[in-house]
Formats: sequence, structure tokens, C-alpha cells
Amino acid sequence: MVTAPLPSSLVDNPRLDRWIRFLPDRTVRIATGKVEIGQGIVTALGQIAADELDLTYGQVVVLSGDTDEGPDELYTSSSHSIEIGGRSIQLVCAEVRAKALERAALRLNCSPADLAVAEGRFLQNGAETGQDYWTVAGEIDLSQTVKGTTAPKATNAHTVIGKDMPRLDLPAKVNGAVAFLHDVLTPDTLHARVLRQPNRGAGLTSLDEAAIRRTAKGAFDILRDANFVAFVGREEGVVEAAAVAAKLHATWDKRRPLTQAMQEAAWLKDQPSEDRPYGAPVPSVPPQSLIQATYSRPYVAHASMGPSCALAEYRDGHLTVHSHGQGMHPLRRNLASALGLPIESITARHLHGPGCYGHNGADDAAMDAAVIALRMPGRRIRLRWRREEEFGFEPVGPAMLITLHVDLDDRGYPADWTTEIWSPTHVQRPGSGGTLLAREALADPPAPPKPSDPLPERGGGATRNAIPLYDVPVHRILHHLTQDPPVRTSALRGLGALPNVFAIESMIDDLAARVGQDPLDYRLAILSDLRGRRLLERLAERCGWAARGAAGTGKGLGLGFARYKNRSAYAAIAATVTVDEEVRIDRVWCVADTGTIVNPDGARNQLEGGIVQAISWTLKEQVRFDAHGISSLDWDTYPILRFSEVPEVEVELVDGKGNPPLGIGECTCGPTAAAIGNAVAHALGVRIHDMPFTRERVMKALL
Amino acid sequence: MSVAFTVNSKARTVEVDDATSLLEVLRNHLGLVGTRFGCGLEQCGSCMVLVDGEPMHACSRDVAAVSGRSVTTVEGLSTNGALHPLQQAFLDEQAGQCGYCLSGILISAKALLDRNPRPSRSEIAAALDRHLCRCGSQPRILKAVERAAAVMRGEW
Repeated sequence: MVTAPLPSSLVDNPRLDRWIRFLPDRTVRIATGKVEIGQGIVTALGQIAADELDLTYGQVVVLSGDTDEGPDELYTSSSHSIEIGGRSIQLVCAEVRAKALERAALRLNCSPADLAVAEGRFLQNGAETGQDYWTVAGEIDLSQTVKGTTAPKATNAHTVIGKDMPRLDLPAKVNGAVAFLHDVLTPDTLHARVLRQPNRGAGLTSLDEAAIRRTAKGAFDILRDANFVAFVGREEGVVEAAAVAAKLHATWDKRRPLTQAMQEAAWLKDQPSEDRPYGAPVPSVPPQSLIQATYSRPYVAHASMGPSCALAEYRDGHLTVHSHGQGMHPLRRNLASALGLPIESITARHLHGPGCYGHNGADDAAMDAAVIALRMPGRRIRLRWRREEEFGFEPVGPAMLITLHVDLDDRGYPADWTTEIWSPTHVQRPGSGGTLLAREALADPPAPPKPSDPLPERGGGATRNAIPLYDVPVHRILHHLTQDPPVRTSALRGLGALPNVFAIESMIDDLAARVGQDPLDYRLAILSDLRGRRLLERLAERCGWAARGAAGTGKGLGLGFARYKNRSAYAAIAATVTVDEEVRIDRVWCVADTGTIVNPDGARNQLEGGIVQAISWTLKEQVRFDAHGISSLDWDTYPILRFSEVPEVEVELVDGKGNPPLGIGECTCGPTAAAIGNAVAHALGVRIHDMPFTRERVMKALL
Repeated sequence: MSVAFTVNSKARTVEVDDATSLLEVLRNHLGLVGTRFGCGLEQCGSCMVLVDGEPMHACSRDVAAVSGRSVTTVEGLSTNGALHPLQQAFLDEQAGQCGYCLSGILISAKALLDRNPRPSRSEIAAALDRHLCRCGSQPRILKAVERAAAVMRGEW
């Protein structure tokens, strides 16, 4: 019997047939609202279902991101896909397995307890019964509501969960098959590009269509509706040329000029903000031994390898959209609202896209395509953003400025801790604090949304991981939520966790140095969490911490540790660096506790990816502005980590059996940034507080 | 304009406008969608193809530039349906996350192994340095190329 509350996905989608269907070809189709964004989730969810139903992995087919047939599980975000989506599938499968065995037992005149399942066949005392899921499927009423009371298998009974499972989607991605939404190029497709409104409220005062046509040379339509302009035609190169030319032949009023100063986190400090205090009240007595330091991370980009793309077709009053966004049901709701269509008249389906690390341009591209499709009924529209459009108009990860105020006790350990944060919102998805770009360009645009940010008890946005996991008796957060940031900000891998963990772990190393204690020993002295202690101790063995040399030699070893959201997966990371004029990461070790592991190799792949991406953010990345808006519009002005800069990465998963599975995509990012920060401080003998660790910052620190 | 060239050992002739890129011809006219658009600026490597055995960006090259030449795309790496050892090694190492960058990387890796059957880790990294991967699959990709090289030498 399960008595825990139902996972939210089952509360929202209680009918069993939203999740599971027995197909005539002796497979079982599992549906999920979570989608593949490069993280291998579809493979892992299939493993969970196969194990619970006692099927081979090959007998499970996963339908992902389909508003007509699949469950609404909101977005594929926040490392929830295994914790909530996987748990939902597990409970559904346990319940349906029990129902199937009940029906078979009636037929066989035995007790369900006498039956076992092997590859979907039902056995009695090890002998075939002639019954299986498919013989009884017609007698199971899957329109029933899930009860969620059938206990899933014990962890130690798993045979598919815990096995390395090759990614289902990878073969198509190495052999040139149609693997991405971008690759669906049917002969009747019309290609489309958009001229973007440069900022919210900007008005198109003139558009020299003749000049655009002279440049683009070819047949295409120009759609114009208020401040929305699209170019649509059969030849992709022609509409691309039209969109490039359009930027030069359009004039706008109500521009919002940006300045270079605005691109820095420090700019946030003087801006109007809503002040949001959390945690302990401000102490009434003055501090004993107050240590303060300020850290920052600038605006950073998703910088996906391919620009956003969408397909849309409006036929017989029904709009069908294919998107690589993070949630098809939310997309359908947002499109219905923005287009003024009944929700039943829209189908949204997921197809794979280039790597997605949060709220990027995919939803906006889907809206662009839909707006065009509604104006060209019966035509299949393929809308793709241009590279500079992707860099210039995707929501960016917000800049954060963090000041830590730590009052120490007599032994030099934190007694009272305040994390003060200046940051714009981390969640501005359409429908929850944001709007779709094309909607802003059409007539009667909605009023700008009032900024909000997830509350700490919901995992937090800017406040994510703002409180250390260490034993700090009194702590509080003061979040200054920036009211009018210069650019659109939204969810990017880990939200505030990376800057906050970087700040906290930098501070911890400096506090250890104050009392002359080794940074590892200092951490262990103030960490009661047993799973965390185990990781730090194991990491120390792996990276040879005991042999760590003196500071200031140009070579450094540092570590960083956090439990994601203070309640999800644990990661401890160590890095060795060489700092000359630039920072080079030589080697990274990661030890992670992610609870029960569904697909160990898939988990390692995600942990490695989080580490490499976080190295790139920490060393290299900053979104830059000029008077026209975002000015880092290509890979030269927005460099990311290259092959020759990638270190050796060693990942160890500790046995987390017995603990629930935890999402793994985001847990390494903060500890990686922190480990680099501490390793660089060890190498230089001085700390760099501001990301990215560019050559200029290193030189400045050395002066 | 009519352009004749060889793609994956097949003679092809296309009728297109002068300024049509090789990438657009491959994807939109010849149905070879494995070569992907990333930036259009020769900065990311997603569109890499072999032209007479040399890795070149297809995004910004007019198709006329390959007239009479031989182009190999990721679709041309396998022979008679059997994956190239590089493709197999990428699957064996699970070297990929979103996979968008992989076609171009496979092409450059093939060019490398064709001229250097025993590359060091740093030679592989150097050969792939024109390629970006945002998901952080580089450690696995480097291992996969090493593995493929070993397989092709008969040492795996």
C-alpha cells in the first residue's frame, strides 16, 4: 500500500489511459508529458515502465509530448522528470499490472498472488498459462482513475532500472536520419522567417518592401500585421535573404537603447526592485564577527547549437504545431490564449530539437509559425530563427549579484548567514509571467507582466540554493527582484543555483582560511548531512586532496559541493587548474548521489554535460549589449568551451539504492563553478569573485 | 544555374539559383538532412562535409563551388547499411546528448582518421576544435574517436 500523496502529474492526469495503452503488436505504449531535450529522459522512463510491468525494454514504446493523447505534465524542467514523471509512470504501471493479474487470476481460477510475469506473459508456478497482458487487456478499464495505492516493486527487485541502457534516439543522430524537427522538409513546405520587433513596445514606422525584394531575388510573400512581419516562400535561402535585408530596410520608434554598463551584474544594484525577505528575522543584536563578500555572474545564453524552429499547419479549423519546446500542453494553452482560439482546436506535438537547457526560443518560434499558418490556411509552414535572432531574442539566464553577510561564532564557524541577491526573474515563461514574442508584436499587445520569481519553498528562482546545506543556525535571504531588466530573462539550467553555490562555496573556503583550517575539514566540521559527508570524503580520496599543495603556485586544486535545491541530487566536484594569464581546467572529479539510478550511463552523461557546460559559463560566457540590444550575436562574440579546452572528467555515482531517484541534469553546475573558483583562488592566492574568469579578470587579480 | 557534382559517390545535377548554398542544396533539394544548419558563419561546424576528402563548411559555400567535385556527407559514411566504425564508436560510447553537432563532428573525425590512423587525444581535440558542442559531450566524443581509431587499426 502506498500512502504518500500522489505525484502532481497523476493529480493532474488521473485517468490510466492517459498513461498506458496495450498495443496489438504485443507492446505497451507509455505516454509522458516530459520530452527529450538531449537528456535521455525517454529512455529512462521506458526503463521504469519495463521494470514495473515485467516487460523487456523492447516491449515498451514511449509517446512523448503529445497534447491529443499524452498527459499534461507541464514543462520538462527543474530536474522533475524522474522525480515526478517517473514516479507517476511507476505507480500507473504497478496498478495496471495488478489489475491485469486480477483478470488473469479469474480466468485461471487462482489467486493473483500465484501469478508471476515474464516478458508480459503470466506464469503460474513457473509454467505458461496462455495468459498475458494482451489477452486480458480488453477487460481492464483504463478509463478508471488511478488510485496510486499499489506499491511498486522494491528497489532490490529491479532488473531494468539500474542497467546501462543505450539512448533510443542516438542512432538517428549519428547516421544522418531525420532526427530533428528541423529535418522535416516535405515538398509542400513553405519556409518562413520573421523580422523581430527589437523590443517590447517598439513600433514599425516603415518597411521598404521593394528594397527587400530587390535584395532577396525570388518569390516570397510578405505578411505584415501591426509590428509582426514574416517572409514566406518555397526557397529557404530566399526568405532568409529577405529577413536579413529587412533589418536594414525597417525603421522603428519607441526603441529601448541599452548600454554596455547594463550588461554587468553590478548594474542591478541601483535599479528599482521589489525586496523579498525570507527566513529568519533580521537580528536585533549587532554582529560579533561579520564577514562580507560580493560575487557575480553576468547574463548568460542558452546558446543552443541550432536555432529555434517550428512547424505549423492550419487546416479545416484545426491548428497543428510541432515544436521542440519543453512542454506541449503549456504551449497549446499559451497558443490558444495568444491566438484567441479554442484550446480543442490546437494540437501540439514534440519533435527533437538541438539541446535545450531551459526556456529558450522554441515557444516563441512555435507562436511565429502559428501566426503565419493562421494567415495561410492549408499550407505547411516551417519557421526557423536565424542564428543572430537566437542569440538576440532567446530569453537569457539572468545576471546575479550576491552579497553574503556571515557572522561567525567564537570558533570561526557561521552563526548567522544572510544571502542578499540582486537579480531579475528566473522564470518568465508565457502564461506564467511572460508573453510570446509574436503576441507582443501583434495589435493590442498585453501589458508587460509584473515580475515574479518562484518562492524558495517551491525550489526558488534567484533564491535557488541560496541557503547553505551546512549547519548554519540562523539564516535568511533578501532578494531584490529587479523590476525592469534590460533584456528578457527566464529559466536556464539550475536557475540561481550556479551563482549561489559559487558564492557560498567561495565564502566557505575563505572562512576556512581565516581559521587556518583545510577547506575540506572545515566543511566536514559544519556538515551533519550524512549523504553529503560521504560524498566529500569520497571526493577527497578520488582527487588526492590530502596531497594538495601550497597556494599561489599557479596550479590549484579546489572543491565545491551542494545538494541541488537542498532537497534533490547531491554533487561534490573537485577541479585542478593551471592559471597563467588564462585559466585552464586540467581535470575534474565528480562524486554524485542521485538516489536510485535508473540509467547509470545516462546519468553519467548528464553529470558530465552539466560539468562541461558549467566550466564554459564560469570561464568564458557573458551576453553583451550595445545601443541596439544584445550584441553578442555569434559564436565569436559569445564564445563557449572548445574541444581543446575540455578537461578530463571522472564521474562516480555512489550507491543511492533505497533513496528515491533524483533528477540529475542540474546538480553539477553550481559545484563545478565553485570548484573552479576555489581552485583558481588556490592557484593564484587571491580570489576572483566575478564570473566569467576571463584573461582580463585574471590579470586584474594578479596586480 | 545547373550544377553537377558527386554526393556520396552518386552523380547529381541540381537546377538552382546562383547564390544557393551547398547546405541548402543538400538538405532541401537532395533530402540529405544529416548535415545541419548551426550558424551560417563557419563558426560552429554543424554543417561540415567532406569536399574531395577535406572537411569544409557547407553553410556559406555556394553550391557552384563544388561543381565537378566530390562531396561526402554523414549519410555517406556508412557502407551497404553498415555503420562506419566512427558512427558505431559514438553509439558504443554513447557520445552525444542532443546530437545536433554530431554529423559535422563525425565528418571531421573521418578526415582526421583518414590521414592519421593513430591520433593522440590532443590531435583529436585539435581536429575537432572548429566544432562546438553545447551539451558537453566532448569527453565522450574524444573517447569515441580514439575507440574508432583503435577499431580501424584492428586493436580493439
